[in-house]
Parts: sequence; C-alpha cells; structure tokens
Amino acid sequence: MTASNLLPALGRRAINLLQRLGHSAFFLLDLVRNTPTALRRFYLVIAQVHAIGNYSLVIIAASGLAVGFVLALQGYYTLSRYGAAESLGLLVALSLVRELGPVVTGLLFAGRAGTSLTAEIGLMKAGEQLAAMEMMAVDPKSRVLAPRFVAGAISMPLLAAIFSAVGIMGGYVVGVLMIGIDPGAFWSQMQSGVDVWDDVGNGIIKSVVFGVACTFIALYQGYEAEATPEGVSQATTRTVVISSLAVLGLDFVLTALMFSTPR
Amino acid sequence: MGRKGIETLVGVFVLLGLLGVVFLALKAANLASFSTGPTYAITARFDNIGGLKVRAPVKSAGVTVGRVTAIALDPQTYQGRVTMELDANVKFPTDTSAKILTAGLLGDQYIGLEPGGSDKSLGSGDQIRMTQSAVVLENLIGQFLYNKAAEGAEKK
Repeated sequence: MTASNLLPALGRRAINLLQRLGHSAFFLLDLVRNTPTALRRFYLVIAQVHAIGNYSLVIIAASGLAVGFVLALQGYYTLSRYGAAESLGLLVALSLVRELGPVVTGLLFAGRAGTSLTAEIGLMKAGEQLAAMEMMAVDPKSRVLAPRFVAGAISMPLLAAIFSAVGIMGGYVVGVLMIGIDPGAFWSQMQSGVDVWDDVGNGIIKSVVFGVACTFIALYQGYEAEATPEGVSQATTRTVVISSLAVLGLDFVLTALMFSTPR
Repeated sequence: MGRKGIETLVGVFVLLGLLGVVFLALKAANLASFSTGPTYAITARFDNIGGLKVRAPVKSAGVTVGRVTAIALDPQTYQGRVTMELDANVKFPTDTSAKILTAGLLGDQYIGLEPGGSDKSLGSGDQIRMTQSAVVLENLIGQFLYNKAAEGAEKK
C-alpha cells in the first residue's frame, strides 16, 4: 500500500467506524423502544433468561469460588506483612462487591452468553429467518431481539450477585478454615466496612450497566453479521473483544463517578 | 422441556440471585446493624468537626446509639452545626457532652456522647451545649513544637 493510499484508507476506515457507531446507537434505541412490548410477552423473556442466565450459573459460580479462594490467599500474604490479617474479610468483600463481581461476571457473560446470542442471531440472519419474519409483518426486533435484551439486563445483576456471594464464601473457606483467621474478626470487619448502598448498591448498578452493554453489543454484532459461516464467526469474535473492552472502559468511568474521593 | 419446566428453572435462578443480593446486604454489609426504629433529632455545634462525615455513628460508651444526618456551617457563629438522629429508646440528660473521636488511630471519626447528671432529658430538636472539637493534627504538631521551643528558651 503506497503512502498516498494509506491516508485515504485510514480516513475511510474512520468514517466507517463512525457510521457503524451511529448505526448501533439507533439499534440500541430500537431495542429500548421495543422493551415494553417484550415485557408484555413475558414468556419470551423468561425463555431467554433461561438460555442466558441458567446456563451461565455453573461457570459464574465456579469462577466466583476460584476468585474468592485466590483473593483470600494473596490478600493474606500482603495483609500479614502489616499485621492486618484480621481485615481479610473486608478486603475480599470490598474487592468482590465493588469491582471483581461486576467486571469478571461481565467478561464471562460476554464470553459465554454474548457469543451464544451473536451466533444465534447471526445464524437466524444467515438462514433468512429474520427476513421471513419481516415478510410476515412480524417485527424481528420486538419478537426476537428485545426479549433477549431484557433477559440480558435482568440476568447480569443476578449473576454478579451470585459471583460476589460465592466469592465471599470461598474467601471464608480459605481464610478461616484453611489459614486460621478468627471467623468473628472476618465477618465483623466485613460488616462494619462494607456499606450496603455505597458498595453493594453501586456494584449492582455497575452490573446492570455491563449487562445492558454486553447484550446490546452481542445482539448488534449478530444482527449486522455477514450472512455466511465466516461472517458469523467473525461477528462472534468481535462481540467478545468489543464487549470486554466496553466492560473495562465503562468500569473505569463508573468507578471514577461512584468511588471518587469523599467530600 | 415444557414451558412449566423452564419457568421453574428460571424462578430458581432468580431466587438464587436474589438470595445472593440479600446475603451480600445482610451478611457482608452493614444493613442490619442499625435498626430503623423511631428516632429523635438533636443538634450540636463544634468549632472544628475535623473529618466527621454524614452517616458517621454516634456512640455512647462505645455502643452505637445514632447516626449523623446533616453537617452545615452556622453562618452566625461560624461553627459547624451537626444534626444527628438518636434511637428513641435511649434518653440523654440535658447536660450531656459531645466529643468528636477517632476510631483507632487513623480511622473514621464518630461522635461520642458522655451523659451528664441532669434530671431532664434531651428532646427532639434540642441542642447539646458542651462540645469538644476534633483533634486537628497540624494544631497538635504546632503546639508540640511551641512547647519544645519554650522549654529550650527556659533552659538558656
């Protein structure tokens, strides 16, 4: 590619990116507009919550347990250097509830549920099911996409809560049962240091935002996928990459908004 | 799997999620620590509230009996006016004193109430007369240095 070609190509890619961004914004608007219709056909939403949420339970719970174990082990090593080993419960709980719960669940959700959503919608598009629905005057956005959007937004906070709760129990198992920290100190430090509204509440808000973002990205990539097997596979990869970057970027913004220095 | 089966499983999933949230709220956080029973409000004025924050605990003999609800600057006396809600079951005499204490050496600050000996009790809207401000580290250091300098001057 010669130098004189490089600059216009870069410009074209940038304009394409902006155009896709705008297109996705309209897509999100359509999803939100169709949400009341989806809520009226609640059996569709329930079927999707089953597909998105129930089938993610195992990986979320297992990951939560593992993260709790590791947090307790690593946290104990550093805290014991300053004689603060009794605060291990506080460390594990705050790390999970504020950050790791929503973020790691978001990343796992993007990987597990996001890819399955993208693949499903992409294959529907490839098999011309979406076009057939439009021919029958059934809006695919309200019948197929909006229920999945609502289901994703509902499932994420529940999954994040399960992740955090299981993680705290994992931290208890390692900290108290294996290392031997006093259980009274473990729980009482945690209970006095974790605030329901500031910490748990903000964590739940984060997980709702991540759920909306990941589900929207997954549905958009599936809807806009090329109607070929390679197109669907590329769309699935894009979903994971863009969702993960979005989760981490939104996490930074939300953390700065929620947990900035107190007045 | 029929629709009933799917709905049941989703119900189980939602139940687990809600249990997780409840566990976090009750066991991991401080929701259950201060009961939401009836309370009454009293105010106190301090020269310096230090690092006192809204929702800081109000303790007497180390036991939490209330929360700080508002902190404002009194424009007439230029003192900090602190409003706190106390548990209605606990009555304090009118000559109770309020101090701003620190939990541990570098922890959060809270208000400590020391009851006086009066027969009458504080009611809703009353003000605590005797207050002691928070310890400001810079003033303490300045005092220490001044004392050291005074000692040095005396020896000469």
